[in-house]
Amino acid sequence: MTGPDGARPLIAVVDYGAGNLVSMEQGLTASGAEVAIARDAAGLTGADAVVVPGVGAAAPAMRRLDGRGLTGPILDWIAADRPFLGVCLGLQLLFEGSDEDDASTFGILPGRTRRLEDAPTLPHIGWNQVTRLREHPLFDGIADAADFYFVHSYAGVPGTADDAAALAMTEHGRPFVSAVARGNLLGVQFHPERSGEDGLRLLANFVSIVRAAARPRVGLAS
Amino acid sequence: MLRRRVIPCLDVADGRVVKGTRFVDLVDEGDPPELAERYAREGADELVFLDITAAPERRGTLLDIVERTARRAFIPLTVGGGVRTVTEMRDVLRAGADKVSLNTAAVAEPDLVSRCARRFGRQAVVVAIDALRGPGRDGAASGWTVVVKGGRELTGLDAVEWAAQAVELGAGELLVTSIDRDGTGAGFDTDLLRAITDRVGVPVIASGGAAGPADFVAAVRDGGADAVLAASIFHRRIHSIASVKAVMAAAGLPVRLVPEAVA
Repeated sequence: MTGPDGARPLIAVVDYGAGNLVSMEQGLTASGAEVAIARDAAGLTGADAVVVPGVGAAAPAMRRLDGRGLTGPILDWIAADRPFLGVCLGLQLLFEGSDEDDASTFGILPGRTRRLEDAPTLPHIGWNQVTRLREHPLFDGIADAADFYFVHSYAGVPGTADDAAALAMTEHGRPFVSAVARGNLLGVQFHPERSGEDGLRLLANFVSIVRAAARPRVGLAS
Repeated sequence: MLRRRVIPCLDVADGRVVKGTRFVDLVDEGDPPELAERYAREGADELVFLDITAAPERRGTLLDIVERTARRAFIPLTVGGGVRTVTEMRDVLRAGADKVSLNTAAVAEPDLVSRCARRFGRQAVVVAIDALRGPGRDGAASGWTVVVKGGRELTGLDAVEWAAQAVELGAGELLVTSIDRDGTGAGFDTDLLRAITDRVGVPVIASGGAAGPADFVAAVRDGGADAVLAASIFHRRIHSIASVKAVMAAAGLPVRLVPEAVA
């Protein structure tokens, strides 16, 4: 499948040993992107966007990202407002830290990752509604409160009243932030690559955002 | 609100979907990825592959069908049957599965559950419990005993106690099969489900005995199940996923309705 303007942006999917990448790779490819699996900083070279997927705990994930020399380049990438999508743990890492194991994470968004305390069951596994706080191209063509697939026990809780990045909320015991957007920085707590048609639509929307942001690399500061 | 899931289970042997009375009289039913895609389109919330391949040297075939399925069906996939080590679990996850279910190996070596949970997160570890009514060797206080090896071998474990222990060890979800009801169409053992869901805080998938949509409603309402699994009623097209979900929705249960689902 080729995008409307024929260009297939190159998306680096970060592999830090956190499980299944097949569905993410396939979902992005089906959505019109070229996918490269990035296992180190060199793997980000030439990419138009970075996707950090992943499930599990924050501390081992941070250790593996550090060990592969990826933390710095990812922070630089986000600081330059280049297209980024964090999925599940990849979203949680954007906050300051995690209560799960007291890990310090990227600290790009104010707030912490906390356990979903009042939930009837944990982990929160299954399809749940994603209710939007505002409109955003990431959700183009997707009904408000559409169902997406979740699998996690912790979720980001914005630290201040000024949580301008919060894009959508979901409720399991308590409401939590299920999608964020700030410029080209995007994150979702659910798994679009496992969320059927609406999930694929969201990935295609992300590819469109990447395409729109891709500029000729002339004069790019190193 | 979190939806109650409907999960078709595919028995897979040597890379093909088979059906029969669990390990005997197997009939070839087709290509797993193809059936998986069909179920995804019809509104399945998740899929379970139960690998019943007899010969261990042919298990490479399983990884191949897991990967082909992950490339065609964009819904979660759990793989069970024969995973005995952290390395085997890693291979199945890398091939494209989201969760692995441990059964006999977890009973034989409970520490395997902890090691898998530490390595991949508890959300990736499902412990499958096959339960039979009646006391075990040591007398199961709850009234259900754990059986292993596809229901052929009785253990001395109390099913409800084992459920609680599995969660403590690191299981993020339990797949509870009533061996008494499996294949009978007599409905789920809702007493068994209730005994376990009252005891643990993780999601419980009900299995064994589904005959019709009313059984799905009972598993959730009376048994407290988060998800309901069935095989033959879907394979034989006795009921569609959409029609089961319609009945669940009419009973007031939250389900994910797929508008274009083929009834």
